[in-house]
Order: sequence, then structure tokens, then C-alpha cells
Amino acid sequence: MLRYFARKLFVYGLTFIVAVTVDWAIPHLMPGNPVLALMSRIQAQDPQVSQTMYHHYMRAFNLDLPLWKQYGYFWVSLAHGDLGTSIVQFPTPVSSIILHAAPYTLALLLPAILLSWYAGNKVGALAARRKVLDNSALPLSYALTATPYMWLAILLSWTLAVTWRVFPVGFAYDPTAIRTLSWTFVGNLAYHWFLPFLSLFLVAFGGWAIGMRNMIIYELESDYAHYLGALGAPQRLVRKYAFRNAVLPQVTGLALALGAILSGALVTEIVFSYPGLGFQIYNAITNQDYFVIQGIFLFIIIGVLVANFIIDIVYLIVDPRTRIGMEGGRS
Amino acid sequence: MSAVPTAPLASPSDPSEVEIPAPARPMSGFRETLHFALRNRKLVFGLAMTSALLLIALIGPFIAQHGPLAYGTDLALRPTTHGGYWFGTTLQGQDVFAQFVNGLRLAFIVGAIGGGIAAVVAMAVGFTAGYRGGVVDEVLNMITNVVLVIPTFALLLVIAAYLQVRGVLPEAVFIGLTSWPWAARALRAQTFSLVSRDFVDMARLSGRSSRKIIVKEIAPNMSSYLFMMFILLFGSAILIAATLDFIGLGPSNTISLGQMMQLSVQNAALQLHLWWWFLPPGLAIMALVGSLYVMNVGLDEVFNPKLRDM
Repeated sequence: MLRYFARKLFVYGLTFIVAVTVDWAIPHLMPGNPVLALMSRIQAQDPQVSQTMYHHYMRAFNLDLPLWKQYGYFWVSLAHGDLGTSIVQFPTPVSSIILHAAPYTLALLLPAILLSWYAGNKVGALAARRKVLDNSALPLSYALTATPYMWLAILLSWTLAVTWRVFPVGFAYDPTAIRTLSWTFVGNLAYHWFLPFLSLFLVAFGGWAIGMRNMIIYELESDYAHYLGALGAPQRLVRKYAFRNAVLPQVTGLALALGAILSGALVTEIVFSYPGLGFQIYNAITNQDYFVIQGIFLFIIIGVLVANFIIDIVYLIVDPRTRIGMEGGRS
Repeated sequence: MSAVPTAPLASPSDPSEVEIPAPARPMSGFRETLHFALRNRKLVFGLAMTSALLLIALIGPFIAQHGPLAYGTDLALRPTTHGGYWFGTTLQGQDVFAQFVNGLRLAFIVGAIGGGIAAVVAMAVGFTAGYRGGVVDEVLNMITNVVLVIPTFALLLVIAAYLQVRGVLPEAVFIGLTSWPWAARALRAQTFSLVSRDFVDMARLSGRSSRKIIVKEIAPNMSSYLFMMFILLFGSAILIAATLDFIGLGPSNTISLGQMMQLSVQNAALQLHLWWWFLPPGLAIMALVGSLYVMNVGLDEVFNPKLRDM
């Protein structure tokens, strides 16, 4: 058990170091220089002034040091929670941009992941080996899981928001809304939140439903299920056991699907102009705002690692075999 | 960001539960497989749909009346036969049909190359880890985990900045090199369950090299599984490419389905109700990836008699 955690933590630590190094490399390996981009934004006329400013900013961003020192300083400032400064929205610190955007992304992601996983597993388990439900739920699930996230977002936005005006077209709240902790404002937030959430939820739902349906069929055809059936156990009981066995790979699947759902959330935010991390990163990419890109990626890396760790713990709880010491699946 | 088997191969995580399809018997086995293949509605539907889309992708660019990037004089034209703008034009007067078939062709290219590379890497890693075990397994497992978690956008951003003119090829190679982890894991588990079988021991006793045993003894026993894995990787490569293109990291010298959607959203096509611009690209991806997934389940039922719905 302790060995299991020690090994997991080692892998996560290694992943973190590699990921942070890649992240650090973004502005440094890029041709050109982020400071030059900043200078062209400021448009100083006097060459003397621009020369001085150039050197000032090179020092401010630590870009005049040798590469290995820059890399070291990156870790130091990281430990202090300092992610640098935005070039486009100078001098807003990147950390404050992330702090403002992250709640919106999390508010979309967490409910979408958890609810779609729960609902997808339920529907998939119900549909397996049941003709009518299987023939209706399955094709729909296939259509949903094959849909690119942004296209479903486009479709929902065009029909429900632009054409029928049932929901707002975008943004997190009305520009005229008063931002206080009142029920009207919370209602306004929820009203704007619903369509992006629905779009994420539906695509993810399809994948879980199909996965569960296929797993349940495998389980229902296994020896223990047949044996139970032969003993005269009610179908409900057999299905209950099948479900408990089939849910394990779905927990592992959750860890594997995180990346896809996350990128789905990013593009959904772009379609709905929802001011989360995806919207920010899209703006940063189009404006070449390297430090914002770097900071948001770092946040995503940490988020994915933490989520993976939580899933590991959940797996440990739901699968007794891992606790006894069956590490990794060696037979 | 790695995409994932949205429709995972039904592979239980515990290798002892893994179903390995029985080795194909000569001739009669093949006939039997064909018999069930032709009667499997899912497989036939998926195959027909994919073939139809492939045909459009192959022929389309030849019958398009305009270049995919050429600008015409008719702006935001509704679908019409006039001037050969069968799918209408974009806000800037580009031919949507030409862009559509061009994008569809690119989707097939990205799927084939990206999915192919991912399958090769997954096989190399999965077979080696599963067959060798021990330290080799540990190291490969670690690499798999690292690739799984790293946000691949970050890598692509660096590459995108270096290549000023980017074709679809670098994108496909990139997707292939980053989307293999889940497949490698699944293959590793499958290999574990085969390694302890008698016929593998026999091969080992006869002094065959490990490489030969993997290629000649282990791989053929999961050939159906490998094929299905490739189909899923093919589909997910198309979805990943669409996402990357939509964010603005796609090819710069052509136009893909993802870029069509990006440009339509950027140009407020939704608010202007230019539905002929943003509906076809997504619909094509959905149809292509969906039929691939359906085909996959059909194949699973054909190869694995237990799953046949009778």
C-alpha cells in the first residue's frame, strides 16, 4: 500500500518536472522574443528610449541571463507562485488572470465530468442486452461521442441562443448585471452557464454510455454471471454484480478521458465567449501572449495531475485487489 | 491534450478477465467470420458510410469548381447551382463545397497517418512492456504516464512557432506521437495474459528471439484487437486535429474542417445565420468518426462470438 503510493508519487513528480520543463520552453524556444512583441505594442518613437526600455524589460523578465539560470529562476518564481506578467494586458500578473478565469472553467468541467460519468454509466448499464433501449440509446450515444465538442456548441448556440433566443449567446453574465452575491446575479450566472455545460455534458455522456454498455455485455457473458443465472438468481442481482465489475474500467477511463474533456471545455468556451481558461488561452495564442499561455498550461498540468491522483485514490477504494497489493495488473 | 477512446475497447483492466479471440482456424473459420461480418448490421453500416465519405473525399476536389482558398465575388451566397457554389460561399466569397471536400480529404490523411503512427508506437511500447516485464515495463509505464498527462497543446505551440508554413503532415505526425498511451496500456495488459500461455513457452524453449515471438506468436493472436485499436486511433486523431485546428494551431497552407468551423465562428456566421458554412464540416466529422466507432463495435461482435446479439 505504501509502496503503491510511493511509486505513484514518484511518477507524478517526474511527470510534473517534464511538463514544467516543456512549459518553460514555450517562450524560450520560440523564434523571436516576447519582449520585442511587447515593444512593438508600446511603439516608442525615440530609439534611445526604446533601447533603454528593451534592456529594462529583458532584465524584468530575466531574459538577459544564460538559459540554465533562467530555468532555475523559473522554478524559484514558481515556488513563490509568481507566473510572470501578461504582455498584452501589461502589467496584469498572469496569476490574477488565471484566478479570474479558472472558476468559470471549473464550474463547467466538474459538473460536466461527474454528471456525464454518472448518467452515462446508468444509461449504458440499462441499455445493455435490452432491445428497445439499446436500439434507441446506442445510436444516439454514438452520434454524440463522435461529435466534435465545438460543433455541438455551435449547433446549440445557433439553435437555442441565436434563432430561438431561449438562452443567451455567450459570456458569463449580462453586462448590465450587478455583480453582487444576490439571487438575481447567481440566476444570471446559471442562465449563461447552462448551454456550455449542456454541450460538454452531452458529448461526454455518449462515450460513457457506450463504454458501460459494452462492458456490461462482456460481464453478462462471463462465467460467474452464467453460473449465478444457473443457480436461479434473479436477473436484477446478476446485473448488479456485472455493474460493480464493469464500473472499474470506467474509473480508469475517467483518468484517460480527462485530457479530451478538458480540451473540449476549452473549445466550448471559445464558441460561447465564456471567460474561462480556454477563452483566455485562445486570446493569448492569437496575440502571442507567451507568459499567459505558459501560466495557463502550468495550471492545467497541475490540475490534471491532482485529478489523476484523486482517481488513483478512488480506484484504491473501489477495487479491493489494489489494496491487497496487486500493483499494476501483473498476473 | 490527448484524446481518448471515447468508445473504449471493452477491455477489462484485469488481464485474467481479458477475452482473447480464438486463433483463426483455416478456411472454415475465415468463411464463418465472413458469414457473420456480412450479416452484422453495425459493421455493414459503418463500412458503407466510411466508404461513401472516402469516395467524396477522393472525387470531391476534382469536381469542385473553385479552389478551396480562392476568393470569389459573391459574398455569403446561399447554396446554389449558380457558379458551381453548391454549398454556398463564406462571408469572404470562398467556395464552401471546395473547402468541405478538401477538409474531408485532410481528415482522412490525418486519421490514417496519425492513427497509424499511434498504433505503431502503442504496439512497440505495449508488446515490449508486456513481454519483458520487470524494469523495462516500469520504465515504459512511466513514459506512458508522462505522455498521458502532458498537455500536448504546449508542445504543439512550440512546433507551430518554428514551422512558418505548416502542412497537415507535421500535425498528423504530432498527433500520432502523442495519442498512443491508452492503446499501449491496453496492449500491455493483453500481452501479459498471453505471455504465460503454453504456446509462448514452447516458442521460447525452441530458442526463438523475443522479437520473433512477439511478431509471430503474440501479435497474430490479437490481430482483430489490433485492427480495432487502429480504427479507434484513426477516429480520435480526426477529433484531435479538429480541436487543434479550431484553436488556431492547424495547417497554414490549406483549410481543414476544424478551420472552417473556426473561421465561421470568428466571422459571426452564427449570428448571420450562414448555416451552410458551419453545419457541413461538423456533420462530416460526426458521420466519419461515428461510422468508424459503429464499425468497431460490429467488428468486435464478429470476432467475439459471445457478443453476438442473437
